[in-house]
Amino acid sequence: MSLASDHDIDLIYQKSLRKRKNMRRLWLAFLLLPPILMLLIFVFLPMASAVLYSVYDWKGLVRGEFIGLGNYYDVLFKPRESWFLFNAFKNNVVVFISLMIVQNGLALVLALLLARKPAGYRFYQVVIFLPVILSTVIIGFQWKLFLNPIFGLVNKFLRMVDLDMWALPWLGLPETALGSMILVNTWHWVGFPTLVFLAAIHRIPKDLIEAARLDGANEWRIARDIIWPLMAPAVTIIVVLTFIGSFNWFEIPFIMGSLEGSPAYSTDTLGLLFYRTAFGSVSAGGSNFGAGSALAVLIFIFIFTFSIIVTKYLTSREIEMG
Amino acid sequence: MQTKKKANFNTWLMQIFLGCNAVIMLYPIFMMAISGFKTNSEIFGKPFSLPSSLNFDNFLVIWNTTDVPRYLLNSTIVTGLSVVLLLTMGTMAAYALARYKFRGNIMIYLFFLSGLMLPLRLAIIPLFIQLKYLGLIDSLLGLICIYTAMSLPATVFILTGFLKTLPSELEDSARMDGASEARIMVQIMLPLISPALVIAGIYTAVPIWNDFFFPLIFIQSPEWKTLAQGLTSFFGEYSINYGVLYAGLTLAALPVVTIFIIQSNRFIAGMTAGAIK
Repeated sequence: MSLASDHDIDLIYQKSLRKRKNMRRLWLAFLLLPPILMLLIFVFLPMASAVLYSVYDWKGLVRGEFIGLGNYYDVLFKPRESWFLFNAFKNNVVVFISLMIVQNGLALVLALLLARKPAGYRFYQVVIFLPVILSTVIIGFQWKLFLNPIFGLVNKFLRMVDLDMWALPWLGLPETALGSMILVNTWHWVGFPTLVFLAAIHRIPKDLIEAARLDGANEWRIARDIIWPLMAPAVTIIVVLTFIGSFNWFEIPFIMGSLEGSPAYSTDTLGLLFYRTAFGSVSAGGSNFGAGSALAVLIFIFIFTFSIIVTKYLTSREIEMG
Repeated sequence: MQTKKKANFNTWLMQIFLGCNAVIMLYPIFMMAISGFKTNSEIFGKPFSLPSSLNFDNFLVIWNTTDVPRYLLNSTIVTGLSVVLLLTMGTMAAYALARYKFRGNIMIYLFFLSGLMLPLRLAIIPLFIQLKYLGLIDSLLGLICIYTAMSLPATVFILTGFLKTLPSELEDSARMDGASEARIMVQIMLPLISPALVIAGIYTAVPIWNDFFFPLIFIQSPEWKTLAQGLTSFFGEYSINYGVLYAGLTLAALPVVTIFIIQSNRFIAGMTAGAIK
């Protein structure tokens, strides 16, 4: 018998190549399909359904007839609903602006100080980050106990140092409740922007700062003219995350106030309003899946659009580091 | 001389500022912990002093008469299984996307990335109906599915970035030796990405452990409540026994704080992973 001809070898080779190609395809499908399905079923499908749900009239868990933009009209323009929407939105805006100034401002100062590696650098880093790892539920209840008008540590302390006039029912007054919650939020989260800023500062080349220092620039000028512009990408991320967090604000007012944003809706937020509309409450009445979905779609569009605009604007100011 | 004095003064000022900040961060947690050892009358009478004795009564009340241990167990199950599932699926997707060239690779990567921008909380209504239809309401499995899907984009993002940096020499030589693709992945490549798996694990585990929103809506019976959610019912029951409340909070905080103190570097790297390029 003669040996296999070149042609035969070629055929066998082709066959094994095809087989390997099929194997590879199967292997890739095995790797990719489960995670893709997971994401489709539990994230993309419900997100898409929310849009669909919002154009129907709902009776409890049962979908009724198609009513176009009726739900949107209801949540936006009915006098009572629109008052709630505007009130909650206004509070979210207050939360965002306050957190930008108080929380992120403090974080920037702390990051600039920590970047100079003071004695105790490691300790300070760990301590600042400690509350970040705790659940908002723990933090919320803890501070609710501290802020109790009679037994709370805050007022006990104020009375101890003869500041009785300041021993207010902090969470019970419409004037002070939201501010108190914003401060609690700051205490909880300040470590996060601090360490993100710090990591950004650490990535700035040392010789750049040293050179400026040798040229006689003072610390303020170094911070303003070198560190600040070069840490812009971190600032962009923190601004966007603070924005998303502020407009999803739910846990702190829910636990420290109530589902109704008490006192007197002064701590109401879009998150609470959405929950009440969707699942029912004292003020919103029974559960309304249609109006709830419409509200969800509106909140999503708002957060999404604004995040993109903010990102675009802020990234356009970033300088590429060589 | 003059400038040295000034520098010294600045150092002191900086230390005072950072020191005050550290006290403000630590003192409330310290107070929460010591108040758990106090009786009601001690909390009202001597709120700032140390407890008169190391008295574990409040903790025993929680351990023996409340559902808090059950909540702890549920949270451990949910977080543990979600993270295992997440890292498995995340690694599978990331490995395919990072190590193979094929048509549609970029499309699939973008599909995962776009999941990063979808706030699943806003889809809670359809999710509720969907879970009801699947019989996953009031079940830990329902929570596990949601958490896994929700955190998958971030996990894929972190792991793909890491897997792309690995050199292909090892892979190629193993392939020449006739090792199967699965073997190359599990025995050669995966051990190399264990640091990234730790980072992704912490990044996803902490928010899952701390989450309160999804259980609030999907879990009703006390036996399936998670820790963060269970604390709210616990607070309703013991609303006048402050020592027990503080002890409950301390107990709830203890697991995460302990791990954080042992592994603070990895925690910080893990939790800020999404925000640092």
